[in-house]
Amino acid sequence: MKVKAVAQNNVVSVKILIQHVMETGRRKDETGKLVAGHYITEVNAEHKGERVFQAEIGPGVSKDPYLAFQFTGGSVGETVTISWVDSKGGTEKTDSVISAL
Amino acid sequence: MGVSRRQFFKSVAGTIAYAAVISAVPERLFAAWNQKAFTSETLAAAITAKYGSLPIENSTAIQIKSPEIAENGAYVPVSIATTIAGASNITIFSEANFAPLVASFDIMPRMRPDVSLRLRMAKTANLVVLVQAGGKLYKAVKEVKVTIGGCGG
Amino acid sequence: MKKIVFNRSLALLFVLAAMLAAVRVEAADYQTRVQADIQAFRDYFTAQFPDVKFADYADGVYAIDEDSRQQWKEMEEFPPYALSVEDGKALFEIPFANGKTYGSCFANGGAVRQNYPYFDEKKGKVVTLEMAINDCRVANGEKPLACKTGDIAKISAYMAFISRGKPVDVKVQSEGAYKAYVKGKELFYAKHGKLNMSCAGCHMQYAGRRLRAEILSPALGHTTHFPVYRSKWGEIGTLHKRYGGCSNDTGAKSFAPQSEEYCNLEFFETVMSNGLIFNGPASRK
Repeated sequence: MKVKAVAQNNVVSVKILIQHVMETGRRKDETGKLVAGHYITEVNAEHKGERVFQAEIGPGVSKDPYLAFQFTGGSVGETVTISWVDSKGGTEKTDSVISAL
Repeated sequence: MGVSRRQFFKSVAGTIAYAAVISAVPERLFAAWNQKAFTSETLAAAITAKYGSLPIENSTAIQIKSPEIAENGAYVPVSIATTIAGASNITIFSEANFAPLVASFDIMPRMRPDVSLRLRMAKTANLVVLVQAGGKLYKAVKEVKVTIGGCGG
Repeated sequence: MKKIVFNRSLALLFVLAAMLAAVRVEAADYQTRVQADIQAFRDYFTAQFPDVKFADYADGVYAIDEDSRQQWKEMEEFPPYALSVEDGKALFEIPFANGKTYGSCFANGGAVRQNYPYFDEKKGKVVTLEMAINDCRVANGEKPLACKTGDIAKISAYMAFISRGKPVDVKVQSEGAYKAYVKGKELFYAKHGKLNMSCAGCHMQYAGRRLRAEILSPALGHTTHFPVYRSKWGEIGTLHKRYGGCSNDTGAKSFAPQSEEYCNLEFFETVMSNGLIFNGPASRK
Protein backbone atom coordinates (compact mmCIF):
# COMPACT_ATOMS: atom_id res chain seq x y z
CA MET A 1 0.00 0.00 0.00
CA LYS A 2 1.28 3.43 -0.87
CA VAL A 3 -0.13 6.59 0.65
CA LYS A 4 0.38 10.27 -0.19
CA ALA A 5 -0.92 12.74 2.40
CA VAL A 6 -0.41 16.43 1.69
CA ALA A 7 -1.58 19.37 3.81
CA GLN A 8 -2.42 22.82 2.52
CA ASN A 9 -4.34 25.43 4.56
CA ASN A 10 -5.43 22.87 7.15
CA VAL A 11 -6.93 20.57 4.50
CA VAL A 12 -5.21 17.23 4.07
CA SER A 13 -5.48 15.48 0.70
CA VAL A 14 -4.96 11.76 0.95
CA LYS A 15 -4.33 9.41 -1.96
CA ILE A 16 -4.19 5.68 -1.44
CA LEU A 17 -2.95 3.01 -3.85
CA ILE A 18 -3.25 -0.57 -2.64
CA GLN A 19 -1.68 -3.53 -4.38
CA HIS A 20 -4.56 -6.02 -4.48
CA VAL A 21 -5.87 -8.45 -7.08
CA MET A 22 -9.54 -7.54 -6.43
CA GLU A 23 -10.63 -10.88 -7.87
CA THR A 24 -14.32 -10.57 -8.65
CA GLY A 25 -15.30 -14.20 -8.25
CA ARG A 26 -16.71 -14.23 -11.77
CA ARG A 27 -13.51 -14.81 -13.71
CA LYS A 28 -12.66 -18.23 -15.12
CA ASP A 29 -9.10 -19.48 -15.27
CA GLU A 30 -7.43 -21.33 -18.20
CA THR A 31 -9.10 -24.60 -17.22
CA GLY A 32 -12.53 -22.96 -17.20
CA LYS A 33 -12.76 -23.10 -13.43
CA LEU A 34 -14.21 -20.12 -11.57
CA VAL A 35 -11.57 -18.21 -9.61
CA ALA A 36 -12.80 -17.49 -6.07
CA GLY A 37 -13.56 -13.90 -5.19
CA HIS A 38 -10.88 -12.06 -3.22
CA TYR A 39 -11.37 -8.35 -2.78
CA ILE A 40 -10.96 -5.55 -0.27
CA THR A 41 -14.18 -4.86 1.60
CA GLU A 42 -13.29 -1.97 3.93
CA VAL A 43 -10.79 0.88 3.89
CA ASN A 44 -10.49 3.25 6.85
CA ALA A 45 -8.27 6.12 7.89
CA GLU A 46 -7.53 7.55 11.32
CA HIS A 47 -5.98 10.85 12.32
CA LYS A 48 -5.34 11.78 15.97
CA GLY A 49 -7.49 8.88 17.12
CA GLU A 50 -10.44 9.90 14.98
CA ARG A 51 -11.89 8.15 11.97
CA VAL A 52 -11.51 10.48 8.98
CA PHE A 53 -12.36 8.05 6.18
CA GLN A 54 -14.63 5.05 6.13
CA ALA A 55 -15.32 3.13 2.97
CA GLU A 56 -17.00 -0.14 2.08
CA ILE A 57 -15.88 -1.37 -1.33
CA GLY A 58 -16.30 -4.50 -3.40
CA PRO A 59 -15.37 -6.24 -6.65
CA GLY A 60 -16.62 -3.25 -8.66
CA VAL A 61 -13.51 -1.35 -7.65
CA SER A 62 -10.53 -1.72 -10.00
CA LYS A 63 -7.54 -3.93 -9.37
CA ASP A 64 -4.83 -2.15 -7.37
CA PRO A 65 -7.47 0.10 -5.81
CA TYR A 66 -7.03 3.85 -5.82
CA LEU A 67 -8.99 5.99 -3.38
CA ALA A 68 -8.65 9.69 -2.65
CA PHE A 69 -10.33 11.88 -0.07
CA GLN A 70 -9.76 15.04 1.96
CA PHE A 71 -10.18 15.96 5.61
CA THR A 72 -9.76 19.11 7.68
CA GLY A 73 -7.81 19.78 10.85
CA GLY A 74 -4.56 18.11 9.92
CA SER A 75 -1.03 19.53 9.74
CA VAL A 76 2.34 18.70 8.26
CA GLY A 77 4.22 16.17 10.35
CA GLU A 78 1.15 14.48 11.78
CA THR A 79 0.29 10.87 11.00
CA VAL A 80 -2.62 9.41 9.05
CA THR A 81 -3.11 5.67 9.50
CA ILE A 82 -4.76 3.76 6.67
CA SER A 83 -6.00 0.21 7.10
CA TRP A 84 -7.93 -2.24 5.01
CA VAL A 85 -9.59 -5.62 5.33
CA ASP A 86 -10.41 -8.04 2.53
CA SER A 87 -12.90 -10.83 1.94
CA LYS A 88 -10.40 -13.51 2.97
CA GLY A 89 -9.52 -11.77 6.21
CA GLY A 90 -6.33 -10.24 4.82
CA THR A 91 -5.42 -6.86 6.27
CA GLU A 92 -2.79 -4.17 5.98
CA LYS A 93 -2.10 -1.02 7.95
CA THR A 94 0.18 1.88 7.03
CA ASP A 95 1.17 5.05 8.83
CA SER A 96 1.73 8.00 6.54
CA VAL A 97 3.29 11.28 7.63
CA ILE A 98 1.52 14.34 6.26
CA SER A 99 3.84 16.40 4.09
CA ALA A 100 3.65 19.96 2.73
CA LEU A 101 2.41 20.67 -0.78
CA MET B 1 -30.73 1.17 8.54
CA GLY B 2 -32.59 4.50 8.43
CA VAL B 3 -30.55 6.21 11.17
CA SER B 4 -27.01 7.14 10.19
CA ARG B 5 -24.19 6.41 12.56
CA ARG B 6 -23.54 10.14 12.82
CA GLN B 7 -27.08 10.82 14.03
CA PHE B 8 -26.80 8.00 16.53
CA PHE B 9 -23.60 9.33 18.05
CA LYS B 10 -24.87 12.91 18.08
CA SER B 11 -27.58 11.72 20.41
CA VAL B 12 -24.96 10.70 22.97
CA ALA B 13 -24.57 13.62 25.33
CA GLY B 14 -21.40 15.67 25.07
CA THR B 15 -18.42 15.59 22.71
CA ILE B 16 -16.20 13.81 25.22
CA ALA B 17 -18.71 11.03 25.54
CA TYR B 18 -18.86 10.98 21.70
CA ALA B 19 -15.11 10.46 21.43
CA ALA B 20 -15.10 7.93 24.28
CA VAL B 21 -17.81 5.87 22.59
CA ILE B 22 -15.91 5.87 19.29
CA SER B 23 -12.74 4.58 20.89
CA ALA B 24 -14.56 2.05 23.05
CA VAL B 25 -16.61 0.46 20.27
CA PRO B 26 -14.76 -2.35 18.50
CA GLU B 27 -13.88 -1.61 14.87
CA ARG B 28 -16.13 -4.25 13.40
CA LEU B 29 -19.26 -2.41 14.45
CA PHE B 30 -18.16 0.63 12.50
CA ALA B 31 -18.06 -0.83 9.07
CA ALA B 32 -19.71 -4.23 8.89
CA TRP B 33 -19.50 -4.83 5.19
CA ASN B 34 -22.99 -4.85 3.75
CA GLN B 35 -22.83 -8.19 1.98
CA LYS B 36 -26.45 -8.14 0.89
CA ALA B 37 -26.07 -4.78 -0.81
CA PHE B 38 -22.73 -5.64 -2.44
CA THR B 39 -24.05 -8.91 -3.85
CA SER B 40 -27.44 -7.61 -5.03
CA GLU B 41 -27.70 -8.05 -8.77
CA THR B 42 -29.99 -5.19 -9.69
CA LEU B 43 -29.72 -1.49 -8.95
CA ALA B 44 -33.07 -1.46 -7.17
CA ALA B 45 -32.21 -4.42 -4.94
CA ALA B 46 -28.80 -2.92 -4.09
CA ILE B 47 -30.36 0.43 -3.14
CA THR B 48 -32.96 -1.27 -0.94
CA ALA B 49 -30.35 -3.47 0.73
CA LYS B 50 -28.18 -0.41 1.41
CA TYR B 51 -30.76 2.19 2.37
CA GLY B 52 -34.09 0.46 2.92
CA SER B 53 -36.97 2.52 1.55
CA LEU B 54 -35.71 6.08 1.96
CA PRO B 55 -37.27 8.50 -0.53
CA ILE B 56 -35.09 9.39 -3.52
CA GLU B 57 -35.08 12.67 -5.41
CA ASN B 58 -32.88 13.94 -8.24
CA SER B 59 -30.29 16.54 -7.33
CA THR B 60 -28.07 18.94 -9.21
CA ALA B 61 -25.87 19.36 -6.14
CA ILE B 62 -23.90 16.20 -6.89
CA GLN B 63 -21.00 16.40 -9.36
CA ILE B 64 -19.82 13.26 -11.10
CA LYS B 65 -16.54 13.59 -12.98
CA SER B 66 -16.02 10.65 -15.32
CA PRO B 67 -14.77 10.11 -18.87
CA GLU B 68 -17.18 10.29 -21.78
CA ILE B 69 -15.65 7.19 -23.29
CA ALA B 70 -13.69 5.02 -20.87
CA GLU B 71 -10.27 4.07 -22.22
CA ASN B 72 -10.56 0.76 -20.46
CA GLY B 73 -13.63 -0.48 -18.59
CA ALA B 74 -11.44 -2.11 -15.93
CA TYR B 75 -10.05 1.23 -14.75
CA VAL B 76 -12.60 4.03 -15.02
CA PRO B 77 -11.51 7.10 -13.02
CA VAL B 78 -14.46 8.71 -11.20
CA SER B 79 -14.63 11.64 -8.80
CA ILE B 80 -17.75 12.55 -6.85
CA ALA B 81 -18.41 15.76 -4.95
CA THR B 82 -21.55 17.11 -3.31
CA THR B 83 -22.65 20.38 -1.72
CA ILE B 84 -25.77 18.91 -0.12
CA ALA B 85 -25.90 20.06 3.50
CA GLY B 86 -25.65 17.33 6.11
CA ALA B 87 -24.47 14.69 3.65
CA SER B 88 -23.72 11.57 5.67
CA ASN B 89 -23.07 9.00 2.95
CA ILE B 90 -22.09 8.84 -0.72
CA THR B 91 -22.69 5.59 -2.58
CA ILE B 92 -21.75 4.75 -6.15
CA PHE B 93 -23.44 2.21 -8.40
CA SER B 94 -22.59 1.10 -11.93
CA GLU B 95 -25.95 0.09 -13.24
CA ALA B 96 -24.93 -2.66 -15.68
CA ASN B 97 -22.38 -4.40 -13.45
CA PHE B 98 -23.35 -7.90 -12.32
CA ALA B 99 -23.42 -6.42 -8.83
CA PRO B 100 -24.21 -2.71 -9.26
CA LEU B 101 -23.01 -1.46 -5.85
CA VAL B 102 -19.40 -0.39 -6.28
CA ALA B 103 -18.47 1.58 -3.15
CA SER B 104 -20.05 3.35 -0.22
CA PHE B 105 -18.43 6.16 1.78
CA ASP B 106 -19.68 7.35 5.16
CA ILE B 107 -18.87 11.05 5.49
CA MET B 108 -16.86 11.31 8.69
CA PRO B 109 -17.10 14.50 10.79
CA ARG B 110 -13.85 15.99 9.40
CA MET B 111 -14.07 14.50 5.93
CA ARG B 112 -14.84 16.61 2.89
CA PRO B 113 -17.86 15.31 0.95
CA ASP B 114 -15.84 14.28 -2.08
CA VAL B 115 -14.10 11.07 -3.13
CA SER B 116 -12.16 9.69 -6.08
CA LEU B 117 -11.69 6.10 -7.14
CA ARG B 118 -11.16 3.85 -10.15
CA LEU B 119 -13.96 1.44 -10.84
CA ARG B 120 -14.89 -1.36 -13.20
CA MET B 121 -17.58 -1.17 -15.83
CA ALA B 122 -18.30 -4.12 -18.08
CA LYS B 123 -20.11 -2.08 -20.70
CA THR B 124 -21.66 1.30 -21.44
CA ALA B 125 -23.90 2.15 -18.53
CA ASN B 126 -25.07 4.79 -16.09
CA LEU B 127 -23.10 5.63 -13.01
CA VAL B 128 -25.67 6.29 -10.29
CA VAL B 129 -24.62 8.25 -7.23
CA LEU B 130 -26.79 8.48 -4.13
CA VAL B 131 -26.06 10.94 -1.34
CA GLN B 132 -27.82 10.45 1.97
CA ALA B 133 -28.66 13.56 3.99
CA GLY B 134 -31.17 13.52 6.77
CA GLY B 135 -33.71 10.86 5.98
CA LYS B 136 -33.54 11.38 2.25
CA LEU B 137 -31.52 10.18 -0.71
CA TYR B 138 -30.38 12.52 -3.47
CA LYS B 139 -29.52 11.10 -6.86
CA ALA B 140 -27.34 11.98 -9.82
CA VAL B 141 -26.75 9.90 -12.93
CA LYS B 142 -24.05 10.03 -15.60
CA GLU B 143 -23.44 7.74 -18.53
CA VAL B 144 -20.00 6.36 -19.29
CA LYS B 145 -19.43 4.70 -22.66
CA VAL B 146 -17.30 1.59 -22.57
CA THR B 147 -15.98 0.02 -25.74
CA ILE B 148 -14.07 -3.16 -26.34
CA GLY B 149 -10.71 -2.22 -27.73
CA GLY B 150 -9.28 -3.65 -30.91
CA CYS B 151 -5.62 -3.83 -30.16
CA GLY B 152 -2.77 -5.34 -28.36
CA GLY B 153 -1.88 -8.62 -26.79
CA MET C 1 -13.82 14.80 -37.95
CA LYS C 2 -10.46 16.36 -38.59
CA LYS C 3 -9.94 17.64 -42.13
CA ILE C 4 -7.05 15.81 -43.69
CA VAL C 5 -5.13 18.55 -45.41
CA PHE C 6 -2.09 16.41 -45.70
CA ASN C 7 -2.01 13.36 -47.97
CA ARG C 8 -0.64 10.69 -45.68
CA SER C 9 0.00 8.02 -48.31
CA LEU C 10 2.02 10.38 -50.47
CA ALA C 11 3.96 11.61 -47.47
CA LEU C 12 4.71 8.08 -46.33
CA LEU C 13 5.93 7.16 -49.80
CA PHE C 14 8.16 10.22 -49.74
CA VAL C 15 9.64 9.17 -46.41
CA LEU C 16 10.27 5.67 -47.70
CA ALA C 17 11.84 6.99 -50.89
CA ALA C 18 14.09 9.29 -48.89
CA MET C 19 15.16 6.42 -46.67
CA LEU C 20 15.76 4.04 -49.61
CA ALA C 21 17.76 6.69 -51.40
CA ALA C 22 19.94 7.03 -48.32
CA VAL C 23 20.73 3.30 -48.40
CA ARG C 24 22.23 3.51 -51.88
CA VAL C 25 24.78 6.13 -50.81
CA GLU C 26 28.27 4.63 -50.66
CA ALA C 27 29.53 6.72 -47.75
CA ALA C 28 30.41 4.70 -44.65
CA ASP C 29 29.05 7.32 -42.23
CA TYR C 30 26.15 5.31 -40.88
CA GLN C 31 25.23 7.90 -38.30
CA THR C 32 24.69 10.50 -41.03
CA ARG C 33 22.45 8.17 -43.01
CA VAL C 34 20.47 7.33 -39.89
CA GLN C 35 20.17 11.02 -39.03
CA ALA C 36 18.54 11.64 -42.41
CA ASP C 37 16.02 8.88 -41.63
CA ILE C 38 15.36 10.40 -38.22
CA GLN C 39 14.74 13.81 -39.74
CA ALA C 40 12.38 12.42 -42.39
CA PHE C 41 10.51 10.48 -39.69
CA ARG C 42 10.14 13.56 -37.48
CA ASP C 43 9.10 15.76 -40.39
CA TYR C 44 6.38 13.27 -41.29
CA PHE C 45 4.82 13.55 -37.85
CA THR C 46 5.23 17.29 -37.38
CA ALA C 47 3.40 17.75 -40.67
CA GLN C 48 0.64 15.35 -39.58
CA PHE C 49 0.23 16.86 -36.09
CA PRO C 50 1.35 20.48 -36.35
CA ASP C 51 0.00 21.34 -32.88
CA VAL C 52 1.92 18.67 -31.00
CA LYS C 53 5.22 19.65 -29.40
CA PHE C 54 8.09 17.34 -30.25
CA ALA C 55 8.76 16.41 -26.59
CA ASP C 56 5.12 15.34 -26.09
CA TYR C 57 5.45 12.43 -28.50
CA ALA C 58 6.91 10.53 -25.54
CA ASP C 59 3.35 10.44 -24.20
CA GLY C 60 2.02 8.65 -27.26
CA VAL C 61 -1.72 8.79 -27.84
CA TYR C 62 -2.12 11.15 -24.90
CA ALA C 63 -0.35 13.86 -26.85
CA ILE C 64 -3.01 13.75 -29.56
CA ASP C 65 -6.34 12.87 -27.88
CA GLU C 66 -7.86 14.96 -25.12
CA ASP C 67 -10.43 12.57 -23.60
CA SER C 68 -7.97 9.73 -23.17
CA ARG C 69 -5.35 12.23 -21.99
CA GLN C 70 -7.66 13.23 -19.12
CA GLN C 71 -8.00 9.60 -18.07
CA TRP C 72 -4.26 9.13 -18.29
CA LYS C 73 -3.78 12.20 -16.10
CA GLU C 74 -6.15 10.64 -13.56
CA MET C 75 -4.06 7.48 -13.54
CA GLU C 76 -0.96 9.63 -13.08
CA GLU C 77 -2.43 10.98 -9.80
CA PHE C 78 -1.27 7.70 -8.33
CA PRO C 79 -0.33 5.28 -11.08
CA PRO C 80 -0.40 1.52 -10.45
CA TYR C 81 3.13 1.32 -11.91
CA ALA C 82 4.30 2.99 -8.69
CA LEU C 83 3.65 -0.37 -7.02
CA SER C 84 5.69 -2.10 -9.74
CA VAL C 85 8.58 0.34 -9.21
CA GLU C 86 8.53 -0.39 -5.49
CA ASP C 87 8.53 -4.14 -6.16
CA GLY C 88 11.27 -3.67 -8.74
CA LYS C 89 13.47 -1.78 -6.29
CA ALA C 90 13.14 -4.59 -3.76
CA LEU C 91 13.99 -7.17 -6.45
CA PHE C 92 16.95 -5.12 -7.67
CA GLU C 93 18.41 -5.14 -4.17
CA ILE C 94 18.15 -8.86 -3.48
CA PRO C 95 21.61 -10.41 -3.78
CA PHE C 96 22.14 -13.42 -6.01
CA ALA C 97 23.10 -16.75 -4.42
CA ASN C 98 26.75 -15.85 -5.04
CA GLY C 99 26.42 -12.66 -2.99
CA LYS C 100 26.66 -10.21 -5.90
CA THR C 101 23.78 -7.90 -6.88
CA TYR C 102 22.41 -6.25 -10.01
CA GLY C 103 24.47 -3.28 -8.91
CA SER C 104 27.57 -5.20 -9.91
CA CYS C 105 26.32 -5.25 -13.52
CA PHE C 106 24.67 -1.85 -13.73
CA ALA C 107 26.25 1.46 -12.75
CA ASN C 108 24.51 4.38 -11.01
CA GLY C 109 22.44 2.06 -8.84
CA GLY C 110 20.65 0.91 -11.98
CA ALA C 111 19.91 4.34 -13.47
CA VAL C 112 21.11 3.25 -16.91
CA ARG C 113 17.92 2.92 -18.94
CA GLN C 114 19.24 5.47 -21.40
CA ASN C 115 22.09 3.13 -22.41
CA TYR C 116 19.66 0.64 -23.95
CA PRO C 117 19.13 -0.63 -26.53
CA TYR C 118 22.62 -0.56 -27.98
CA PHE C 119 24.49 -2.60 -30.55
CA ASP C 120 27.05 -4.83 -28.86
CA GLU C 121 30.02 -5.24 -31.21
CA LYS C 122 31.42 -8.26 -29.41
CA LYS C 123 28.11 -10.08 -29.30
CA GLY C 124 27.24 -8.86 -32.78
CA LYS C 125 23.67 -8.06 -31.80
CA VAL C 126 21.36 -5.51 -30.23
CA VAL C 127 21.20 -5.69 -26.43
CA THR C 128 18.04 -4.45 -24.71
CA LEU C 129 17.60 -3.60 -21.03
CA GLU C 130 15.63 -6.78 -20.33
CA MET C 131 18.28 -8.84 -22.09
CA ALA C 132 20.97 -7.16 -20.00
CA ILE C 133 19.05 -7.91 -16.81
CA ASN C 134 18.97 -11.59 -17.73
CA ASP C 135 22.61 -11.55 -18.86
CA CYS C 136 23.44 -10.24 -15.40
CA ARG C 137 21.48 -13.04 -13.78
CA VAL C 138 23.06 -15.78 -15.90
CA ALA C 139 26.56 -14.36 -15.39
CA ASN C 140 25.93 -14.69 -11.66
CA GLY C 141 24.58 -18.23 -11.75
CA GLU C 142 20.87 -17.40 -11.72
CA LYS C 143 18.16 -18.52 -14.12
CA PRO C 144 16.95 -15.92 -16.63
CA LEU C 145 13.50 -14.41 -16.06
CA ALA C 146 10.58 -14.73 -18.48
CA CYS C 147 10.46 -11.60 -20.62
CA LYS C 148 6.87 -10.42 -20.85
CA THR C 149 5.58 -9.67 -17.34
CA GLY C 150 6.41 -10.29 -13.71
CA ASP C 151 9.79 -9.77 -12.13
CA ILE C 152 11.66 -8.67 -15.23
CA ALA C 153 9.06 -6.00 -15.96
CA LYS C 154 9.21 -4.79 -12.34
CA ILE C 155 13.00 -4.53 -12.35
CA SER C 156 12.86 -2.78 -15.72
CA ALA C 157 10.19 -0.44 -14.31
CA TYR C 158 12.41 0.48 -11.38
CA MET C 159 15.43 1.08 -13.60
CA ALA C 160 13.33 3.12 -16.04
CA PHE C 161 11.90 5.18 -13.19
CA ILE C 162 15.26 6.14 -11.72
CA SER C 163 16.55 6.97 -15.20
CA ARG C 164 13.70 9.30 -16.07
CA GLY C 165 14.66 12.46 -17.84
CA LYS C 166 17.66 11.02 -19.65
CA PRO C 167 17.74 11.68 -23.41
CA VAL C 168 17.22 9.01 -26.03
CA ASP C 169 20.51 8.91 -27.94
CA VAL C 170 21.06 5.57 -29.62
CA LYS C 171 24.24 5.42 -31.70
CA VAL C 172 24.52 3.63 -35.03
CA GLN C 173 28.20 3.85 -35.83
CA SER C 174 29.33 0.48 -37.14
CA GLU C 175 28.36 -1.75 -40.02
CA GLY C 176 26.95 -4.30 -37.60
CA ALA C 177 24.80 -1.67 -35.88
CA TYR C 178 23.61 -0.32 -39.21
CA LYS C 179 22.64 -3.78 -40.44
CA ALA C 180 20.60 -4.40 -37.27
CA TYR C 181 19.02 -0.98 -37.71
CA VAL C 182 18.06 -1.74 -41.31
CA LYS C 183 16.55 -5.09 -40.29
CA GLY C 184 14.47 -3.32 -37.66
CA LYS C 185 13.43 -0.70 -40.21
CA GLU C 186 12.38 -3.40 -42.68
CA LEU C 187 10.28 -5.14 -40.05
CA PHE C 188 8.64 -1.80 -39.26
CA TYR C 189 7.71 -0.99 -42.85
CA ALA C 190 7.03 -4.46 -44.24
CA LYS C 191 3.51 -5.79 -44.46
CA HIS C 192 3.02 -9.17 -42.89
CA GLY C 193 0.46 -11.55 -41.53
CA LYS C 194 -2.99 -12.56 -42.69
CA LEU C 195 -4.19 -8.98 -42.50
CA ASN C 196 -1.20 -7.82 -44.53
CA MET C 197 -0.49 -4.84 -42.28
CA SER C 198 2.70 -3.07 -41.32
CA CYS C 199 3.68 -1.13 -38.23
CA ALA C 200 3.96 1.96 -40.43
CA GLY C 201 0.50 1.43 -41.85
CA CYS C 202 -1.12 1.92 -38.46
CA HIS C 203 1.41 4.00 -36.60
CA MET C 204 2.36 6.39 -39.33
CA GLN C 205 -0.37 6.45 -41.97
CA TYR C 206 -3.21 6.00 -39.52
CA ALA C 207 -1.68 7.57 -36.43
CA GLY C 208 -4.32 9.52 -34.53
CA ARG C 209 -7.16 7.76 -36.32
CA ARG C 210 -9.33 4.96 -34.99
CA LEU C 211 -8.88 1.25 -35.45
CA ARG C 212 -12.18 0.04 -34.05
CA ALA C 213 -12.27 1.58 -30.56
CA GLU C 214 -8.54 2.28 -30.43
CA ILE C 215 -6.78 5.47 -31.33
CA LEU C 216 -3.52 4.59 -33.05
CA SER C 217 -0.40 6.00 -31.43
CA PRO C 218 2.23 7.75 -33.52
CA ALA C 219 5.41 5.66 -33.89
CA LEU C 220 7.53 8.63 -32.88
CA GLY C 221 8.17 8.15 -29.17
CA HIS C 222 6.94 4.56 -29.18
CA THR C 223 9.64 3.10 -26.97
CA THR C 224 10.52 5.91 -24.56
CA HIS C 225 8.02 4.98 -21.86
CA PHE C 226 8.23 1.21 -21.44
CA PRO C 227 7.64 -0.97 -19.50
CA VAL C 228 3.95 -0.13 -19.11
CA TYR C 229 1.19 -0.94 -16.65
CA ARG C 230 -1.41 -1.69 -19.26
CA SER C 231 -5.01 -1.62 -18.04
CA LYS C 232 -5.75 -4.46 -20.41
CA TRP C 233 -3.08 -6.61 -18.72
CA GLY C 234 -3.82 -5.36 -15.21
CA GLU C 235 -0.08 -5.48 -14.59
CA ILE C 236 3.27 -4.18 -15.76
CA GLY C 237 4.60 -5.63 -19.02
CA THR C 238 7.48 -5.20 -21.42
CA LEU C 239 7.79 -3.69 -24.88
CA HIS C 240 8.26 -7.10 -26.45
CA LYS C 241 5.05 -8.33 -24.87
CA ARG C 242 3.33 -5.42 -26.58
CA TYR C 243 5.05 -6.16 -29.89
CA GLY C 244 3.87 -9.78 -29.66
CA GLY C 245 0.29 -8.75 -29.10
CA CYS C 246 0.40 -6.41 -32.06
CA SER C 247 1.85 -9.12 -34.32
CA ASN C 248 -0.98 -11.44 -33.26
CA ASP C 249 -3.56 -8.75 -33.99
CA THR C 250 -2.38 -8.46 -37.58
CA GLY C 251 -2.71 -12.20 -37.98
CA ALA C 252 1.06 -12.57 -38.06
CA LYS C 253 3.04 -15.05 -36.03
CA SER C 254 4.59 -13.18 -33.17
CA PHE C 255 8.28 -13.45 -32.43
CA ALA C 256 9.54 -14.45 -29.00
CA PRO C 257 10.32 -11.66 -26.56
CA GLN C 258 14.01 -10.74 -26.85
CA SER C 259 14.19 -12.42 -30.26
CA GLU C 260 16.56 -10.88 -32.79
CA GLU C 261 13.57 -9.54 -34.73
CA TYR C 262 12.01 -7.65 -31.83
CA CYS C 263 15.39 -6.46 -30.59
CA ASN C 264 16.11 -4.98 -34.02
CA LEU C 265 12.64 -3.44 -34.15
CA GLU C 266 13.17 -1.89 -30.70
CA PHE C 267 16.55 -0.64 -31.93
CA PHE C 268 15.04 1.02 -34.99
CA GLU C 269 12.10 2.52 -33.10
CA THR C 270 14.33 3.90 -30.37
CA VAL C 271 16.72 5.43 -32.90
CA MET C 272 13.71 7.14 -34.50
CA SER C 273 12.96 8.59 -31.05
CA ASN C 274 16.44 10.04 -30.57
CA GLY C 275 16.08 13.50 -29.06
CA LEU C 276 13.10 12.61 -26.91
CA ILE C 277 13.36 11.89 -23.20
CA PHE C 278 13.00 8.52 -21.48
CA ASN C 279 9.86 8.74 -19.37
CA GLY C 280 9.11 5.19 -18.28
CA PRO C 281 7.43 3.37 -16.76
CA ALA C 282 4.00 4.53 -17.90
CA SER C 283 0.28 3.78 -17.73
CA ARG C 284 -1.45 2.76 -20.90
CA LYS C 285 -4.88 1.39 -21.72
